[in-house]
Amino acid sequence: MTKPVEPNSFRTGPDDQGMFGIFGGRFVAETLMPLILELDEEWQKAKTDPEFQAELEHLNKHYTGRPSPMYFAERLTEHLGGAKIYFKRDELNHTGSHKINNCLGQILLAKRMGKTRIIAETGAGQHGVASATVAARFGLPCHVYMGAKDIDRQAPNVFRMKLLGADITGVSAGNGTLKDAMNEALRDWVTNVETTYYLIGTAAGPHPYPEMVREFQSVIGNEAREQMMELEGRLPDMICAAVGGGSNAIGLFHPFLDDKDVEIVGVEAGGKGLDGDEHCASLSAGSPGVLHGNRTYLLQDSDGQIDEGHSISAGLDYPGIGPEHSWLKDSGRVNYVPIMDTEALEAFQLLCKVEGIIPALEPSHALAEIIKRAPKMRKDQIIVMNLCGRGDKDVFTVGKALGVEL
Amino acid sequence: MSKRFDTLFSRLKDENRPALVTYFMGGDPDFDTSLAIMKSLPKAGSDIIELGMPFSDPMADGPAIQAAGLRALQGGQNLTKTISMARKFRDENQDTPIVLMGYYNPIYIYGVDRFLNDAKAAGIDGLIIVDLPPEMDEELCLPALDNGISFIRLATPTTDDKRLPKVLENTSGFVYYVSMNGITGGAIASTQAVGEAVARIKNHTPLPVCVGFGVKTAEQARIIGRDADGVVVGTAIVKAVENTLDKNGEATKDTVDAVATLVRGLAQGCASARLEAAE
Repeated sequence: MTKPVEPNSFRTGPDDQGMFGIFGGRFVAETLMPLILELDEEWQKAKTDPEFQAELEHLNKHYTGRPSPMYFAERLTEHLGGAKIYFKRDELNHTGSHKINNCLGQILLAKRMGKTRIIAETGAGQHGVASATVAARFGLPCHVYMGAKDIDRQAPNVFRMKLLGADITGVSAGNGTLKDAMNEALRDWVTNVETTYYLIGTAAGPHPYPEMVREFQSVIGNEAREQMMELEGRLPDMICAAVGGGSNAIGLFHPFLDDKDVEIVGVEAGGKGLDGDEHCASLSAGSPGVLHGNRTYLLQDSDGQIDEGHSISAGLDYPGIGPEHSWLKDSGRVNYVPIMDTEALEAFQLLCKVEGIIPALEPSHALAEIIKRAPKMRKDQIIVMNLCGRGDKDVFTVGKALGVEL
Repeated sequence: MSKRFDTLFSRLKDENRPALVTYFMGGDPDFDTSLAIMKSLPKAGSDIIELGMPFSDPMADGPAIQAAGLRALQGGQNLTKTISMARKFRDENQDTPIVLMGYYNPIYIYGVDRFLNDAKAAGIDGLIIVDLPPEMDEELCLPALDNGISFIRLATPTTDDKRLPKVLENTSGFVYYVSMNGITGGAIASTQAVGEAVARIKNHTPLPVCVGFGVKTAEQARIIGRDADGVVVGTAIVKAVENTLDKNGEATKDTVDAVATLVRGLAQGCASARLEAAE
């Protein structure tokens, strides 16, 4: 395949139809179209409204605790014996992950649109918790759809959502994971479209969601640039993040896309290996298709039926990916690689012991890739990894995987 | 464009009754039973057949059609077989319009050009693709029109007068009015509101307007059919299939008959829709 001509900038997408090249778009039922157009209009206004931006910045600072630190992982760097490793510590945010960045932005939009009810889908529960949190903060009822399998493996987050006042519907259709939760959330939305705002948690779905989520998450990359200039006086050589739907990754990557000297690596869930069907590496092993409102790389069979996928990490257990990542893969700007369940588990344990940080299983995938790459790099080179979530929610899953009864 | 829609609706105008549009899931629970159901529909009084293409993630469908799609997929149904089912039907029936209904991804993966060639050769008259709004017309709608296949658009309660012209722009065959905001198999809140919506759409287009989502009984068909040019029934038919399956999910001797009996009742509802209104 010939590579497309390299664009002048990787940061201009999407176009006004919501396309990143052939990816993205608005593949939704007619019932939702008027609302999606209204949302786009409201979002375009909010984007340039100083008042909206000021309110969001205020909440980011005083409610979430931004900016999140840029931490030099000295002991891990020493342990690996190569490039200097920095963590962008979005796991220290209020609610324990990067998901709150997007939720605050979207709930402000929901309020502007006069919506009185919030729905959300969640995989690991991080987005569900963040949605329930902002809904509580703004006094709106919140209904979270979560796969039945995920409810089992993420029990602490389920209880957190309940404490925050959210209603939770377990979805047992399909494999009972994030994909099925998203189908059910879309069914709710189509039924209650007049009153309800769908707070999508990842940089996927119909336009303008991928762009909107990216912009709310880009606070990660924008801060990281400034912090690196402050700490090192230059940009990093490599940045790296885990990719499920891809919201934390696009948030870190986007501000760096036009910095040609910064290598960008996205890490997918390789599950039990790409040879079988127990993985979620839609970019490495999938093909373009249409699901959940956008065209993007998907795990699917030869008849266009969507496969279920598998990952030890509920947050990566999704057979699709945000459309901008699909475009960044095809354009060659970002390199996407898979990491197996076992590698992520080892990385998880290493970080606990060496740095005293319990990471979520999602960024443990990015960490496993760093563990492979850092030793091969020079000591004066710099890696920034997005530590996008903390691992408290995963201790039961990890315990089970290690054969420990909790 | 296919002449079958025009011929049908002009005949129904003379007969002063609405069309009965019946949806069933292709391949549910297996190919042969499903083909037998399809063949039984016109005899039982169906005027237009919507042949459902199963999809793993039917975001606009309620539990009954979701389950039917999964049964069909488990029974080995795929797009090639669905098209072949239409062709086998068309070999015996030259008049009843066939509309394929489903989601875009299986068609996209099959290949749009190949799909349209095969669909045309099989005698398929129209397409309803739930997740292709007018904003995405270049994907399939415009190529389908070039191939003489109608693209039947869904109009919904959220489609206001400002948006209607866009929705109707490339629509042909008929307009499918979705009676409520929601998924297939829900409940119609107000038949009066449906009648008003049909009148509103008819102000914008000469095309026939058929109403679906939530029509389950002959009585509902009769009431909706007073205002609408057609009444679409789907979930009730799919449930009639489901109710006759054995504990292994396989068809029984009652399966085809149960659908035919239901459809005969619905056809009576349609036939009587305008009788008392004329009295």
